[in-house]
Amino acid sequence: MTRRSMCILVPLFLACPVLAATPPVPPFAPSLPNLSPEARRGEHLVAIGGCHDCHTPKTFGPQGPVPDMTRMLSGHPEGIQVSGAPTVPGWIVFVNDSLTAHAGPWGTSFSANLTPDTETGLGGWTEQNFIEAMRTGRHMGRGRPILPPMPWIVVAQHSDAELKAIWAYLRRVPPIRNEVPAPRPPSGAATPAATTR
Amino acid sequence: MNASGLSSPLRTSSWTALILVLSSTAPATASPLPQHLAETGLYADGTLTTPARDVLAYTPQYPLWSDGATKRRWIRLPRGTFIDARDADAWSFPVGTRVWKEFSRGTRRETRLMVHTRSGWVYGTYRWTDDGADALLVPASGAVAPDPGWPGGSYVFPSEQDCRSCHEGRPTPVLGFSALQLSADRDPEAVHGERPDPGMVELRTLVDRRLLRGLPASWRTRPPRIDASTEDERAVLGYLHGNCGQCHNARGPLASLGLDLWIDPARPHDDRIVRSLLARSRFRIPGEVARESRRLSPGAPERSAILFRMLTRDPAQQMPPVATRVVDAEATRRIERWIHELPSGSPR
Repeated sequence: MTRRSMCILVPLFLACPVLAATPPVPPFAPSLPNLSPEARRGEHLVAIGGCHDCHTPKTFGPQGPVPDMTRMLSGHPEGIQVSGAPTVPGWIVFVNDSLTAHAGPWGTSFSANLTPDTETGLGGWTEQNFIEAMRTGRHMGRGRPILPPMPWIVVAQHSDAELKAIWAYLRRVPPIRNEVPAPRPPSGAATPAATTR
Repeated sequence: MNASGLSSPLRTSSWTALILVLSSTAPATASPLPQHLAETGLYADGTLTTPARDVLAYTPQYPLWSDGATKRRWIRLPRGTFIDARDADAWSFPVGTRVWKEFSRGTRRETRLMVHTRSGWVYGTYRWTDDGADALLVPASGAVAPDPGWPGGSYVFPSEQDCRSCHEGRPTPVLGFSALQLSADRDPEAVHGERPDPGMVELRTLVDRRLLRGLPASWRTRPPRIDASTEDERAVLGYLHGNCGQCHNARGPLASLGLDLWIDPARPHDDRIVRSLLARSRFRIPGEVARESRRLSPGAPERSAILFRMLTRDPAQQMPPVATRVVDAEATRRIERWIHELPSGSPR
């Protein structure tokens, strides 16, 4: 072994115990108890898919916004009023401090309540509604467009089994009554009853 | 803009076009439909105006609102086949069935086609050239074409997914060709209703020619009609049937909403439509207290979510959610009047 190779290998050798001792990544969200294997798979897909980023309200900690898991996946809080987004040259998307409201060329959209609450969440949806919504980008598969920044085209790449797993998990999330506001059109867009011709 | 004069929605500047892109499906697959409308069997050989001999023209009594377009419709069944109407409210069409609908405003803009294949229904649409000499298949992802003569200044060709979103909300995807829509007991007050031209098929014609089998025998002498307390109500319920019921019904994917606007001609005395309208709406009318919006508030059109959503063309709130960019002024006026005159304590 040459002196040169020693210079390389020794630091690597010394680094190995350090790497091996790196603690495992803590779970992003507390795991729900008593889930079926399918729902457990869905829980994992929801966590790694970044669903909480927009659909779980945030609290502000010393390092910035932190998901508030007591309101897990309940969408934009109904009590938070959002003003109109500013216009800044060169920028097209703005997000509020809860990371649950986004404004851009499409208007202002609010993250949906994904909990199984019957009146304000997905309680009235079926598995078919959910899968078709994710496949088509339309509310319940045939209604209004699902607005940005929801990356439904990415979610649509999941297999049927994966989408069913996500749905199985969402059915087990604690229901939270939270009426998310309707999306707003961009400023200057046609207002109701203004487009008859 | 490509060689055919179509722009993909992405290249248009409006924010609605952006939504079209974002709501369109991912990569379109090659369509099994011919590239030219002339090759689909609609016209007699060598023409683009005379329907082929085996093509049947028809007109529904409660037409879908299409931003004021003039529409013509045709259907063709394979030789020797028939429509199975044993489920009187959801006819079964034979493999090989073709249905066309043409849209014009002065000149022809578009002709849509749906074909029943062994593997299911296939949808496509054709764009007429400016000189009317040809109609070419539009990409399955849909398209937008500049059109100064159309409301909004452009013409939107639906994507295949748009077609499915409306047509596949019930057990049968053929809309506007049903016992109620083709009944001889036509509604003289129907919104945008048209009298059938001579030669157009109706329910009785289809039965007599044995193109339709299994229909209740009594319907030959008593054609189906909407049972309503007034002529106005009959027309309004018919409009809701023809414009909303294809998605909002009790037999499709949205049945869980409990909003049923589809008229089942076998149950003409059923008041479930008005009952389902009286439920609380998940849509919040601006200015309403949270969770207090109603789908319909008798006597109070301004507090009725269905009317609010029919009166807006904000893509995120409008109803219907596809295929229209102009409010149907006549329909909304008549629905407003109907709601205003509905007594509290409805249904009747």
